[in-house]
Amino acid sequence: MPSVADRAAPAIVADGLVKRFGGALALDGVSLAAPEGSVLCLLGPNGAGKTTVVRTLTTLLPPDSGRASVAGYDVVREAGRVRAAIGVTGQFTAVDDLMTGTQNLVMVARLGGFSRQAARSRAAELLDLLGLSEAAGRLVRTYSGGMRRRLDLAACLVRRPRVLFLDEPTTGLDPRSRGELWSLVLDVVAKGTTVLLTTQYLEEADRLADDVVVLDRGRVVVTGPPRQLKQRVGGHRVEFHPPDRSRADAVARAATALTGRPAAADGDVVRMNLDEAAAFPDVARRLMDAGLVVGEISLGYPSLDEVFLALTGRPRAGALAEGAADDAGH
Amino acid sequence: MMQDTDTPARGGLARAALRQSLTLARRSVSRLRTVPEETVGFVLQPLIYVTLFVFVMGEAMAGDWRTYRDFALPGIAVQMVVLSTLGTGLALNTDLEKGLFDRFRTLPISRTAPLLGAVLGDLVRYGLSLAVMTAVAAAIGFRPAGGVQGVAAAGALILVFAFSLCWIWTLLGLKARTPSGVQTLATVFLFPLAFGSSVLVDTDDMPGWVRIWAGVNPVTWATDAVRALLSGAPAGREVAGTLLWSAAILAVFLPLAARAYRRRVR
Repeated sequence: MPSVADRAAPAIVADGLVKRFGGALALDGVSLAAPEGSVLCLLGPNGAGKTTVVRTLTTLLPPDSGRASVAGYDVVREAGRVRAAIGVTGQFTAVDDLMTGTQNLVMVARLGGFSRQAARSRAAELLDLLGLSEAAGRLVRTYSGGMRRRLDLAACLVRRPRVLFLDEPTTGLDPRSRGELWSLVLDVVAKGTTVLLTTQYLEEADRLADDVVVLDRGRVVVTGPPRQLKQRVGGHRVEFHPPDRSRADAVARAATALTGRPAAADGDVVRMNLDEAAAFPDVARRLMDAGLVVGEISLGYPSLDEVFLALTGRPRAGALAEGAADDAGH
Repeated sequence: MMQDTDTPARGGLARAALRQSLTLARRSVSRLRTVPEETVGFVLQPLIYVTLFVFVMGEAMAGDWRTYRDFALPGIAVQMVVLSTLGTGLALNTDLEKGLFDRFRTLPISRTAPLLGAVLGDLVRYGLSLAVMTAVAAAIGFRPAGGVQGVAAAGALILVFAFSLCWIWTLLGLKARTPSGVQTLATVFLFPLAFGSSVLVDTDDMPGWVRIWAGVNPVTWATDAVRALLSGAPAGREVAGTLLWSAAILAVFLPLAARAYRRRVR
């Protein structure tokens, strides 16, 4: 399947980016491309180099070697032009706690060259768009995590950027706020903005991205549309929880026969992978038609650990250490 | 070669930089209105300074609070602003830590606007603080012989002096990892400056080596200059000394802060 990158002029191009911090190699030859109006997702664990890529593309960090352009401008030589074309949200929301929502947006608009009048109306428009009108006059320190993220996104949108960079925009958000942010991002993309976002969640990449770049230790492991990635990782994870252990084997056999995919009973849980989430209700219904009580069923995405194991044949860097720390914590 | 902003003309660049600085300067001024504890602190600070130093210490220091009021008020004004300048470094460090400066850096604005804006905004705050203190002083019967002119000149001198001090804390704010680091470092410099001076007592009563420090301390020079301006006495020497000190501090710390800023925000 052709990648979206083949079809339109690129809004983001990086070619062989290398960045060293002291002795550590943060980026080891990263290349990527995102066509105008698409969503490119950088997927990887902490320390993979996602933020370093974002900081390089947003002119905050010059690369040691390699080149990159955003909106057609070189990020080093034409940094000013790049800045005029982009919006950025960092991992930590860059809004002033001690100002109101309106004041924050008016400030950014004024800095972007808006007149006082235009700044006020643009701020009001964005607060309304992001569902923050009621909180517009409140100090940002009284906002919830989700509201802060939305205000941060609004601050990026003030100047109608051609390219938007979102560094882990949903980390730390509850599922509802995450869903709200996703639909906001899709709205922005629908209006023609190109988006590069980083995430640790395969689900997020699947929901939003046209193309996914998987990063590990400063290197690109794989690039492609989410569908391709999911196929390589084995698609969606399905779990059946039959009411008692004795039925587990029967459910596993039937599920294997129905889908042609291996299903395995592990104690009282039956696990299998499906390429398409759409196949899931069908499988569940046919199992029940066959008279098998499958009990509780769940559909999920592979974890980042599973993605890395499938793509690189080894656990991701740091996964073991984190696991040990988790164990110590419990 | 491409300019670093998207405004083409040179004069336009400087004007844009100034406009951006003023926009950012509003941040610290608007807080006085919108953040309740800042409003309360802003009004209470001069009241507490005056109450503490004039009414608590006055009788003990000079036998009569009115005499001590006339001696100490000029110094209290200087000290209040000197101690407040630390806030510039703290706020800057907080902004850096929170990524707010990253947001500014990804905007097509002048590189120096965020720094200049922060300092300008704080200067306006100090000016307003001095105005409140002047009102409090007038309310307790302080009638300086220097008159309105003397008060205005003294206020202006304090602001010039504060402007130079800001850059010391700006440097610390840029270098330190956390706001509490700034606080710790600053206290080491700030207390000898603010208290090892002629603000509260006559330096003649100090033991030899302290007197030597107090004699060269820029806060002493500023206090003596403000005292002279307010009392309508000849102030040339003290004012010149204060301006010289301010210029010296600026000459050292402005380039250091500018360099630290370039390094930190590149």
